[in-house]
Amino acid sequence: MTTFMSRKDLFLLLGFTIVVLAMPIWLAPFGAGYPDLLQRFMIFGIFAVGFNILFGLTGYLSFGHAAFFGVGSYAAVWSFKLLTLDAIPAMIFAVVISGLFALVIGFLCLRRSGIYFSILTLAFAQMSYNLAYSVLTPITNGETGLQLTLADPRVLDAAMGQTFVGQPVPTLFGQQLGGYAGFYFCAGFLILAFFIAQRIAGSPFGMMLKAIKSNQTRMQFTGFNTRPYALSAFVISGMYAGLAGALLAVTDPLAGAERMQWTASGEVVLMTILGGVGTLVGPVIGAWIIKYFENILSALNDNILARFWSFLPDGVSDVVVKITSKFVGDGWHLTLGLAFVIVVIFLPGGIMEGVRRLAALFRRSGSSSPKTSARTQPAE
Amino acid sequence: MEKSNVVLHVADVHKRFGGLHALADIDLQVEEGKTHAIIGPNGAGKSTLLNVIIGKLAPTSGQVVFDGTVLTGRKPYQINQLGIARVFQTPEIFADLSVLHNVMIPALAKRDGMFTLNMLRALDSETGIRAEAEHMLEDVGMLGRREMLAGSLSRGDKRRMELAMCLIQHPRLLLLDEPTAGMSRHDTNTTIELLKKIKSRGMTKVIIEHDMHVVFSLADKISVLAQGRIIADGSPDEVRGNPKVQEAYLGGAH
Ligand SMILES: Nc1ncnc2c1ncn2[C@@H]1O[C@H](COP(=O)(O)OP(=O)(O)O)[C@@H](O)[C@H]1O
Ligand SMILES: [Mg+2]
Repeated sequence: MTTFMSRKDLFLLLGFTIVVLAMPIWLAPFGAGYPDLLQRFMIFGIFAVGFNILFGLTGYLSFGHAAFFGVGSYAAVWSFKLLTLDAIPAMIFAVVISGLFALVIGFLCLRRSGIYFSILTLAFAQMSYNLAYSVLTPITNGETGLQLTLADPRVLDAAMGQTFVGQPVPTLFGQQLGGYAGFYFCAGFLILAFFIAQRIAGSPFGMMLKAIKSNQTRMQFTGFNTRPYALSAFVISGMYAGLAGALLAVTDPLAGAERMQWTASGEVVLMTILGGVGTLVGPVIGAWIIKYFENILSALNDNILARFWSFLPDGVSDVVVKITSKFVGDGWHLTLGLAFVIVVIFLPGGIMEGVRRLAALFRRSGSSSPKTSARTQPAE
Repeated sequence: MEKSNVVLHVADVHKRFGGLHALADIDLQVEEGKTHAIIGPNGAGKSTLLNVIIGKLAPTSGQVVFDGTVLTGRKPYQINQLGIARVFQTPEIFADLSVLHNVMIPALAKRDGMFTLNMLRALDSETGIRAEAEHMLEDVGMLGRREMLAGSLSRGDKRRMELAMCLIQHPRLLLLDEPTAGMSRHDTNTTIELLKKIKSRGMTKVIIEHDMHVVFSLADKISVLAQGRIIADGSPDEVRGNPKVQEAYLGGAH
């Protein structure tokens, strides 16, 4: 066991598992303990964990990962339509397809590094988005989005003699995956995704990725062909994105091209940076925070705000409502942007750096050991 | 001296940067197991020569042959895998990683080759490589700093660590670009001691060095480079006595 996983990693995984599985309980007081939102926490957590393998470990900033998310969604819905309503084949199919797609896009984009790499990924993702609306309409069903119908062939289900009444929904071994079942299904995948990311970060391969981020030139003069390493990281993160996209299709079997838009690609970048680039837990926390505030803030409107500020004198409250209304509802991105700017300026390492600083503060006040020398930063 | 002893042959190499003829008609033969020093004033083309050898730069014409294999046209990682390692003029290290990991990485390159997808193996289970790296760090006197972040080391320590990163690969040919430049007197002396220690290991070395004490105490053979040309080469004594060298280089320095 000691060589399989260090004690520290094991405790982290255990703690993470408990926190995730208990989310319906501890998030209830925050008004976020309902399945729909919890599912999204899991899905975008997976997306961010995978994105961090490319961005956080390897140092390649992709602005196009929503493309793989979208491909995962489409692939899963097609699996529901053509093969079976069971979720497992859909997940496998989605991960394979998005992995292949990432292999092609990654192969092309990784001919460049730095900002040129980022621009290339952005260009390919926008191309995919536009294709989904135009040439690829037979596959994507264009603006309407790809959805399940009673007329779908579902050859495996048909062969098994299963028939459905009413609107078809994804299942797991015959059980419907709505509500909390859907949440626990997604949670299982998040924990698995986290575990795999942990293994990767703690492997020789993971160390090579970090070394590429640190000094690619030295890597090459040390005898490593860095291209396949970066490509592997790209494909793995693409598969994570595809997995997340497929889970979204499982919980809501309607795939639309807007999932591939550049704003969706940008969102996962924000999640990772907000939480802490290069840390294991950070990106997940970033994803949760962004999805939480998106949910809370975008639901607010002028009426709610007016009630909230009603203790202020009439004239003042009108002004305050007017100002704050710009930051909620559709304007919640403004709040997100502000929060992001503040974090990046004051906590460049994201929320995880804040946690580290707090921990260091406690340790310093707790014990007076002068251990301030530069020690290696453990990768959480 | 027989031809068969030559392990590195830089044959008629030219390198132009636009109008600048940085290397002109360089022909250099390095013998197996020897320490070959390259000296010359700043801007003579010494670093450029090493860059051509390890594939960082392509020569404008000519080629480099290592033990019967043509290096020219190969990628830096392929050249390294053939057994050539280099210490750079400004240390090229993994500043964000620990000293220990900095030294383990080249050892893994040597063992596993240019690419391995070993992502489900635990780094902690690489006890052999770890022990090897620790041994290497002990050799260069840096075992006590193994957990430090490489970027936080002093300049001298960075250089020594980089040397350890090269030595752990047991290269057949080691290229050293001014290994003592910018070091304190103390660091310079420890580095020289270290280089003398490796000298006795029978590794072939090409060393660029400004410090004449270092050069004359280490080198078996010296080539003098000035304005991209080799103006003299021979044993330390021959080079010291060469009037052209006195004029072009040593004259000013001594
Ligand atoms: N990549 C490059 N592009 C253009 N000029 C270069 C390049 N590298 C070196 N030079 C020039 O070539 C000459 C030799 O440089 P270099 O080999 O670094 O000298 P040395 O190491 O002997 O001090 C210098 O004039 C330098 O400016
Ligand atoms: Mg130089």
